[in-house]
Amino acid sequence: MTDNSIDGIIEKYRGQPGSLIHALVEIQHQNRWLPRAVMHRVADALEVPFAQVMQIASFYKAFSLTPKGRHEVHVCTGMTCHLRGAPKLQARVEELTGLKDGETDADSRFTFETGACLGSCSIGPELIVDGKHYGRMTPEKVADVLKRYE
Amino acid sequence: MPKLQSAAELEKFRAEILSSRDPARPCIAVCAGAACDGMDSAAVAAAFLAALDQQQLGDRLEVRTTGCHGYCEKGPNVVVTPGEICYFEVQPADVAEIIAATLKGEVVDRLVYQDPNTGAKAVHMHEVPFYKHQMRLLMGDNPKIDPMRIDDYLAVGGYSALVKALTQMSQDQVLDEVKKANLRGRGGGGFPAGSKWETTKKAPSMPKYVIVNGHEGESAAFMDRAMLTGNPHKVLEGLIIGAYAIGAQKGFMYTRHDMPLLEKHVRNALVQAKEYGLLGENILGSGFDFECELHFDVGIFVSGESSALMRSIEGNPPEPRPKYIRTSVSGIWDKPSNLNNVETWANVPQIISKGAEWFTSIGSEKSKGTKLISLSGNVVNSGIVEVPMGTPLRTLAFDIGGGVRDGKTLKAIHFGGAMGGSIPADLIDAPLDFDGMSKLGAPIGAGGLLLMDEDTDMVEVARYLLDFLVNESCGKCAPCREGMPQMLHILTNMTEGKGKSGDLERLEDLAEVTGLGSLCALGKTSADPLKSMFRYFKPEYEARIPGGSEAK
Repeated sequence: MTDNSIDGIIEKYRGQPGSLIHALVEIQHQNRWLPRAVMHRVADALEVPFAQVMQIASFYKAFSLTPKGRHEVHVCTGMTCHLRGAPKLQARVEELTGLKDGETDADSRFTFETGACLGSCSIGPELIVDGKHYGRMTPEKVADVLKRYE
Repeated sequence: MPKLQSAAELEKFRAEILSSRDPARPCIAVCAGAACDGMDSAAVAAAFLAALDQQQLGDRLEVRTTGCHGYCEKGPNVVVTPGEICYFEVQPADVAEIIAATLKGEVVDRLVYQDPNTGAKAVHMHEVPFYKHQMRLLMGDNPKIDPMRIDDYLAVGGYSALVKALTQMSQDQVLDEVKKANLRGRGGGGFPAGSKWETTKKAPSMPKYVIVNGHEGESAAFMDRAMLTGNPHKVLEGLIIGAYAIGAQKGFMYTRHDMPLLEKHVRNALVQAKEYGLLGENILGSGFDFECELHFDVGIFVSGESSALMRSIEGNPPEPRPKYIRTSVSGIWDKPSNLNNVETWANVPQIISKGAEWFTSIGSEKSKGTKLISLSGNVVNSGIVEVPMGTPLRTLAFDIGGGVRDGKTLKAIHFGGAMGGSIPADLIDAPLDFDGMSKLGAPIGAGGLLLMDEDTDMVEVARYLLDFLVNESCGKCAPCREGMPQMLHILTNMTEGKGKSGDLERLEDLAEVTGLGSLCALGKTSADPLKSMFRYFKPEYEARIPGGSEAK
């Protein structure tokens, strides 16, 4: 993402303190993380204290304060997925990627996250990579799926 | 599309839509609900469209991508009308055969429902066991609607309740009808929506706001997303009617940020409604103005709590407020704000169209209408179910759900996610009812119903649920922030074989203090699952303490 499009988002909400979350969500969606310098620019443009920007950005799980890997790997830990075997699935993903919940590897290939509930309980447990759902996953099938993402 | 200026113009337009459609022309509805989408129903829909294009069948056959049909377990789902022929687990390779059969008025026998025990087949929706015990007043239209097309909603009678409210009823009459219907909040509280509306209506300050709570953070609850993604206009129509009754001119739809399809459908619905003159200034020439804005949660459970949600709309962190200030009087920017859940709003149009008397004829004595239930866990047929209130849980679990997976026996039924409760299998004949289920210790909550099989470790379930809540607490109140991790610590020890005497007493103590000392429902009800476990499954907990609970 170029700085131009971040600027575009910031300009859209200039002078609107109430739109802080909207602005941050849009930047997060496009840039996939919130660099500190960008948050300073958001604070200045929307006329809110930097501390408030940090408060929102660090509070909500949807925001990332560190760069993410090229691929986001997600295991749903909702109740049905849990009952249907998500803990074993999670263990297998952790073993294969060497990552714990929230971590990104040194090559920036994967960021691993858990979360609940994604609402596709009927096909749980689920592995989700870059938004693509892999339903009814078993630990045995994880390696095959991850191989597709370089 | 020119803006519709009056109710008469809307009805004329509706008549035009209907006359341009041939009810005899077959329509193939491909479900794009969350579960079917996860099983790549998009590839199935694409294959249908490609075949249609290739064989130039556009005028003989329609293919429609729709919201959730309900039977998520057997996705991707395809329903062919007329006749509501249900095909399950459809793959792109099946497409040619379905098209050929449909054109000949035949059925692809190998893709219809087959009873796993008897082998009996069911072709039409009303014959499939999963559907035949339901009453699908809210979800039934989903297979008939492409959520991206407002015309599809108009074709099934959409926005006629709004027309009725704006042209034939006063604001007070609309409010009275909803009060008489005894519509109770579907989000978890079961509080009468009409009374809530009245409080906001009578609150002196202006402006007033109305809000759709589509946050749906309850784990294993997925019906609100299905409703809002599959039929956004139904929810919007309910909201506009409510705004009219209350005297609000601004509304918010608050929903999840992590479902791209949901966002796309709701955004599009708001744009289309505005284009048609159903949102904005002087709606259908009635003099009533109403705007609606879309807002997103940003990934934290507590933002579904009403006062926290309103802080979030203001652009602040979602911290709940003490409940002695009611949001219906002082909510968003300290103005009267009426918040209802997706399903509650979706009930409003039919109450206005068919009347409170009709609505109260459905359901149990104190819980009226139908309820959407997300049925999952160790159940054979997982999916979204709609049944009249008062339906016995046995019907849900066995007749519709098909019982427990893998031939196991039922141990417990859990309602209401992380703040709900578990009841033992022998209470299976209890009716689905707000008050009755609360008394049993498993309040319906938003409507996530899980079956748990004989292998379920109830101590582990309580640990898992608390682990979830500890991560979701906003941290404002000490009892919630500190009390839950202590309970979690004890339960974790117990699941690791490190339980010690005094643990159960300490858990009971912590559960009580956390409940009493927290501001919002998250902390207040955080120990509810644990309390239900102590009520029904205590021996399992005692077995984790060396020497039993008597040891000191």
